[in-house]
Amino acid sequence: MASVGEVSRPIGVARSRRSFLRRTLGRQEFWRGCVAIMVFLALWEIGSRSGEWFGYTLPYVGLLPPPSDVAVAWSKVLMKWGYWESWYQSFKRVLTGFIVAQIIGIPFGLMLAINKYFRDIFFPPFEALRPIPPLAWVPASLIFWPTNEMSIAFVTFLGAFFTIVINVLGGARTVDVRYLRAAQSMGANNWHLFWRIVLPGILPSIFTGAAVGMGITWEVVVAAEMISSGGTQGGGGLGFFIWNSYMGGSIPQIVVGMISIGIAGYLSSTVIRMIGHRAMPWRNLF
Amino acid sequence: MPRQVNNIDQPGSVAGLAAGNALQASVEIRDVCKSYGEEWERQDVIKDLTLDILPGKLTVVVGPSGCGKSTLVNLIAGFERPDRGAILLNGRRVTGPSRDRMVVFQETALIPWQTTYQNVVFGPKLRGDLKGKALRQRAHELLTKVGLQDFIHKYPLQLSGGMQRRAELARALINQPQIMIMDEPFRGLDAMSRGLMQEFFLRLFEENRRTNLYVTSEIDEAIFLADRLVVLSNRPAQLRAVIDIDLPRPRHYQVLSSPEAFEYKREAMEILHQEAMRSFRPSATGRLPGRR
Repeated sequence: MASVGEVSRPIGVARSRRSFLRRTLGRQEFWRGCVAIMVFLALWEIGSRSGEWFGYTLPYVGLLPPPSDVAVAWSKVLMKWGYWESWYQSFKRVLTGFIVAQIIGIPFGLMLAINKYFRDIFFPPFEALRPIPPLAWVPASLIFWPTNEMSIAFVTFLGAFFTIVINVLGGARTVDVRYLRAAQSMGANNWHLFWRIVLPGILPSIFTGAAVGMGITWEVVVAAEMISSGGTQGGGGLGFFIWNSYMGGSIPQIVVGMISIGIAGYLSSTVIRMIGHRAMPWRNLF
Repeated sequence: MPRQVNNIDQPGSVAGLAAGNALQASVEIRDVCKSYGEEWERQDVIKDLTLDILPGKLTVVVGPSGCGKSTLVNLIAGFERPDRGAILLNGRRVTGPSRDRMVVFQETALIPWQTTYQNVVFGPKLRGDLKGKALRQRAHELLTKVGLQDFIHKYPLQLSGGMQRRAELARALINQPQIMIMDEPFRGLDAMSRGLMQEFFLRLFEENRRTNLYVTSEIDEAIFLADRLVVLSNRPAQLRAVIDIDLPRPRHYQVLSSPEAFEYKREAMEILHQEAMRSFRPSATGRLPGRR
């Protein structure tokens, strides 16, 4: 179905019933992506198996385990409960930090944008705290928060929070004053202006902030897990999984952990994109 | 030659004329001043402007670019307040935006996250003064009138420039304003659709002669549309001339090649040219003429 035809469907009529899987498999983009990954894996395999070309060790690839070794290592951990526990732990921490950051960050950013006094009071400290990298907070939060778990969640929260607030604030400033004026002429009160004009106007910025913030939370959670050793056995998360593999000297398993984080991050941002797609139908017209 | 420069200095004289017809409001602009900026660099944008917008007339305001035309629009619409003086709608002071003065903005101000239909019913829905079937019917009527009946569920970004302007006209009209204020509404359209839109707009106006204030910087457009042509000075905006354009209605595009139209154009150009030249000279404070 043509994309324009899809958008012009009357409001409230459900979109095409074809399943997500069939739509994906039918798309050229999907197959192009598959081919790209295959080629990449093939080059990696050849590169690490041969080790050196023309007498020179290949940078990175020459010392890496080939993908086939990684696959073998992966197939071993797939059966282990600890590996999936790591996924669960990391996801839990990312989601906790991320959701709390959204819940606090969006209203905070809106208040900064709307209210001058609020901005005068809270913007300077906010700007002073913002340049501090989330990881610099790790030692302090380990001391401050009673449990390891809470300090990791707090650091991931910080990772997303600043990005979200800055995006909301910036988005609110780009809302076209003419929309507000047109709505005012038509009798809109402040309530209408907020829900009908300001909020939809900053929705794109909210989703940009969410996508970027989600990336940062994954970076942060992994590092925080490594530093804090993630607590007890099995509860370490994917960051600790990598660290553990490094300590144990299993290089293929390090790569397994890295790829796992890559997949986890990709899944997270895909979910955000899909929600954004649904929430802002006027943005995907072309 | 039908030519006459009005004496505009007759306060209060037009208020009564509007009483009979809800579409035909009068606006009186009385000694209005407006300036922007902090004290030490205050710039007058409008200075002692007195002007009547007559009921049932299409008043076109022209002036050099950056002369304060848009500020005048904002004042009449109630988006901003004058520093001094008053703006009266049917004799009552304007204190804020209201549905009785609808503005069609430069470029387009359709709300991008609403479909054409949602944009059109936005005002009545907010106020709740027109509901259900009656609202749907009225919206469809208006959308058909502007030729968008097949595009009601499209988003503004999916419409062409001309369609966006027509949707915006429909959105304004459904609120039954007493005066329509158009701020360079067809700017940014290509010459072809611009001409078509002007003619379309004239048909709409001639149908019920709703009081209309039309701001433009294009002299041909001004003469083609206007009953009264108001020429503003360079910034700060002051009244330079009011020219009654006495061309026959309904008008068609050919009217612009008539000798009368040419004479109006020559006259207006003369004044505008002087003003435009002045705007290129450095101002008293040594600054370049500011933004719009």
